Amino acid sequence: MTATAADQSLQQDVPSAQAVPEVDFDTAPDRYRHWKLEVNGEVAKVTLAVDENGGLVPGYDLKMNSYDLGVDIELYDAVQRLRFEHPEVKAVVMTSALERMFCAGANIRMLGQSSHAWKVNFCKFTNETRNGIEDATEHSGQTWIAALNGTAAGGGYELALACDQIVLIDDGSSTVSLPEVPLLGVLPGTGGLTRVVDKRHVRKDRADLFATKSEGYRGATAVDWGLIDGTVPRASFEQEIARRAEEAAAGSRRAGEQGVTLTPLDRTQTESQIEYPHVKARLDREARRVEITVHAPGTPPPADAAEVLAQGVDYWPMAVTRELDDLILRLRTNETELGTWVLRTSGDVDQVLAYDQQLRDLADDWFVNEVVHYYKRTMKRLDVTSRSMIAVIEPGSCFAGLLLELALAADRQYMLEGVYEDVDPDADPAAIVLTESNNGPFPMGNGLTRLESRFWGHDEGLERARGLFGERLDARAADGAGLVTLALDDIDFEEELRIVLEERASLSPDALTGMEANHRFVGPETLETKIFGRLTAWQNWIFYRPNASGPDGALRRYGSGQRGHYDMTRV
Amino acid sequence: MTTDARTGPAPTPTGPLSQIDYSERIPNNVNLASDRRLQRALEGWQPKFLDWWKTLGPALPTKDVYLRTAVAVGRDGWAHFEHVPMEDYRWGIFLAEQDPDRKVNFGKHKGEPAWQEVPGEHRADLMRLIVVQGDTEPASVEQQRILGNTAPSIYDLRNLFQVNVEEGRHLWAMVYLLHAYFGREGREEAEQLLKRNSGDLDSPRILGAFNEETTDWLQFFMFTYFTDRDGKYQLGTLKESAFDPLARTCEFMLKEEAHHMFVGTTGVQRTVERTAELMKEHGTDDVFEHGGIPLSVIQKYLNFQFSVSMDLFGSEQSTNAGNYYSSGLKGRWQETRRKDDHVLLDDTREMNYIENGKIVQKTVPMLSALNLDLRDEYAADCANGVRRWNQALEDAGLEERLFLPHEGFNRRVGVYANHHVSPEGEVLDDATWEQRKDAWLPSPEDRRRVAELMVPEYEYGKFAGWITPPSTGINDQPVEFDYVHLAEEGLA
Repeated sequence: MTATAADQSLQQDVPSAQAVPEVDFDTAPDRYRHWKLEVNGEVAKVTLAVDENGGLVPGYDLKMNSYDLGVDIELYDAVQRLRFEHPEVKAVVMTSALERMFCAGANIRMLGQSSHAWKVNFCKFTNETRNGIEDATEHSGQTWIAALNGTAAGGGYELALACDQIVLIDDGSSTVSLPEVPLLGVLPGTGGLTRVVDKRHVRKDRADLFATKSEGYRGATAVDWGLIDGTVPRASFEQEIARRAEEAAAGSRRAGEQGVTLTPLDRTQTESQIEYPHVKARLDREARRVEITVHAPGTPPPADAAEVLAQGVDYWPMAVTRELDDLILRLRTNETELGTWVLRTSGDVDQVLAYDQQLRDLADDWFVNEVVHYYKRTMKRLDVTSRSMIAVIEPGSCFAGLLLELALAADRQYMLEGVYEDVDPDADPAAIVLTESNNGPFPMGNGLTRLESRFWGHDEGLERARGLFGERLDARAADGAGLVTLALDDIDFEEELRIVLEERASLSPDALTGMEANHRFVGPETLETKIFGRLTAWQNWIFYRPNASGPDGALRRYGSGQRGHYDMTRV
Repeated sequence: MTTDARTGPAPTPTGPLSQIDYSERIPNNVNLASDRRLQRALEGWQPKFLDWWKTLGPALPTKDVYLRTAVAVGRDGWAHFEHVPMEDYRWGIFLAEQDPDRKVNFGKHKGEPAWQEVPGEHRADLMRLIVVQGDTEPASVEQQRILGNTAPSIYDLRNLFQVNVEEGRHLWAMVYLLHAYFGREGREEAEQLLKRNSGDLDSPRILGAFNEETTDWLQFFMFTYFTDRDGKYQLGTLKESAFDPLARTCEFMLKEEAHHMFVGTTGVQRTVERTAELMKEHGTDDVFEHGGIPLSVIQKYLNFQFSVSMDLFGSEQSTNAGNYYSSGLKGRWQETRRKDDHVLLDDTREMNYIENGKIVQKTVPMLSALNLDLRDEYAADCANGVRRWNQALEDAGLEERLFLPHEGFNRRVGVYANHHVSPEGEVLDDATWEQRKDAWLPSPEDRRRVAELMVPEYEYGKFAGWITPPSTGINDQPVEFDYVHLAEEGLA
């Protein structure tokens, strides 16, 4: 995603990695420092106007509309608000407030001073946000249009690539470019290479020319090759954008009048826990793990779509999703040493199933549709999270339907057979329930459901599991159906779990991340899996190589007046 | 009958009711009666163990045997003698007394409290160590299964059975650890301990020496002297483990192991004494025709058993051994008595290896050579017994002496594997080795002639002609005591 105009920053010596602040994902349009969100009937406009002095971490200026994580957190907020607060918006125009500069991409100086882990997490979040933009176009009838009123370089062009349409001003000098390879010795990190060939179908030799030509291409060639959809002179630029927005809005099936305001989350946080109404996380720093419990709704679902909408952010599936989303982001960014997440659920299975059913019954409602897709995106966040996830299924748990996705997303599932005799011998043994929710609405990035992924290459097992929808499966049945890793009775359960978690915490975190990422994504490649797998893996390798991040590497030398010095050995 | 609204009435029990009180049947000091989890695990395992004992334990039918049974860990409790039918032997579970202040004495956790639970980080390694140790225990019972048929005396027969039941108890000790601390995987490994069998081509015991046939009593004595001594040294390292239940288990096992050493030491000694008598009486080395075992054949048996037992220590240089040490899983022999930092990161030692047909030395990091450290301790201990046997020769006025072969002789593991070294330590080429090895290792003909001497002697107080009686009996009983009552068919 990195790129820059030549004067983005005049680098001095690269400072050592700055102390990383605790990152907060809470924001709202009235607090944005870098974006402006305007809604005008069916068309919204998000305008990038990065506050140069508004970097999340000291040590760099966000010149030329270059961005850091803080800028992207606001963008993510805007994308979410457009979907939930503005059912009337059917097209979104993304543009810049700067003259002749749309966006210079990720800030190079920021990247130069960041730790590897910070860079990787930053890329992951920005990738998820761009996927979210595509998701809005595809599933919400909210078409994003990039109005490039100036040069879009590197990450700036990648932002545009996430939009459905790209229009570049034809002023004789503005270009689109991916200058990472020639200038910085790294890759465009938010899907640029992938989207150029996979989404926009640019021929690979032209893509090769494009990605090695630092100044990029102006409008005419860019249109000809498919890098953008149109280029128009300044005089008619606004008009052309408006035309496209209206056309997109006219084709949208998005229907809704009153939006749901994303009020601030009810979150309490201490050194050892993060708590929301329905999601609680206990941070065990000594054992390097987080114990996450998702709670079932306390009341039955509201009667109809109108009442669902009236509940808004308090509608249980919405509330749980928001809380999980926030928790995942915070743990991922701020708690990098807590390497194992233990996933539990608690509450009434029937209540969960009632809501689960309602999500299907009201699937045509715009708000319910948004909730379903939000939960889908949140589960996808889990899939690409570099933490070991262990689901623990005990009496009192409610892994049913949509909540069962949590267990299916986990790397392993441990289920107690029977009850804890010494704790509550009269408890009902744990049961899990598969529903249609496990059969389509929450696919992974590879396009498969987690159930399909689990039974990849075992069609009979998949069919057998599909035959169990709606049934309460106790430990034996769940084990028999291949839905849990181990079903153990209480004689072994706690000890086994303790040992498993301790063992996990002792293994190399790097090897685990790589192993888990390989195991989680079976089957076909998609744009998303290529970005999170192939592109990210290569980028991370390149980031670590001296050619990029060594003292004489291109990333470190950028802006110093010296080019990177490369070890010319091909690996 | 209990009826529950949710589940309905309980089904009527079928099959025989268990009469076994496990806390009574399994003497223990691990509070078995109060541990539901362990009890249930052992309930599942005990019938399998008994099946194994009946199928692969001692083949000679007996009514009962005068056995030492551990009924408690105290001074009086661990050596309690009585006549018991072997299948009713009370295989108990005993751990040495716990020291609540015990610390880890070596490695990177040195100074921290000893572990009362298995740390997840070390589960796999600890389980492997316990499984390997546990695998050897039943293996030797299997190897010695038919020896009772040729026992040179009732006294020796009793000693054989004592060794056998105690190996069985040592298996219980390891199975206890697997059951108590390693969950389901531990139980599966415990079952596998009974499924692998010595010499079984499809499912052999883990270590090579435990798949060798025990053909005769001389080999049995050599086995208990040399191979059980390896066990003693392995137990000695596990006794130092940071995992306290393992340490305490092994500490107690070492007490019993001493008896096995005794059987080996005195067994070889009595054989040597008889050979010396015959040599003097007939003025010849070849005492086969006079009903004894020639000293040269005893030396060959010694050569063989010593060399295969040396292999049990593994490669001289071992990353695993270093990791086990640094992690606190397995210490050195007499760890706490050693005068060093017990971390060894900067220490080195010399080790032999073969280069260009010569045995030369190199300096290696101590941590990498802990197997060698243990093997050296072992070899020094082995030399004590040899000195004792030579004393018998000297007392008899003979010039001949037994000796331990060179550490490189007949080795299949470590730096000497793929080389040939004579008992005196010369490096040999293949042809020379092939030509001379029958002079150093028991040939089939040697074994055949030894086997010919192995005729049972079941009359109380009588001894086969190739061995002298012991000077005293067991537990202050006379030598002619009725240590074993054979079953009727055993006499036929």
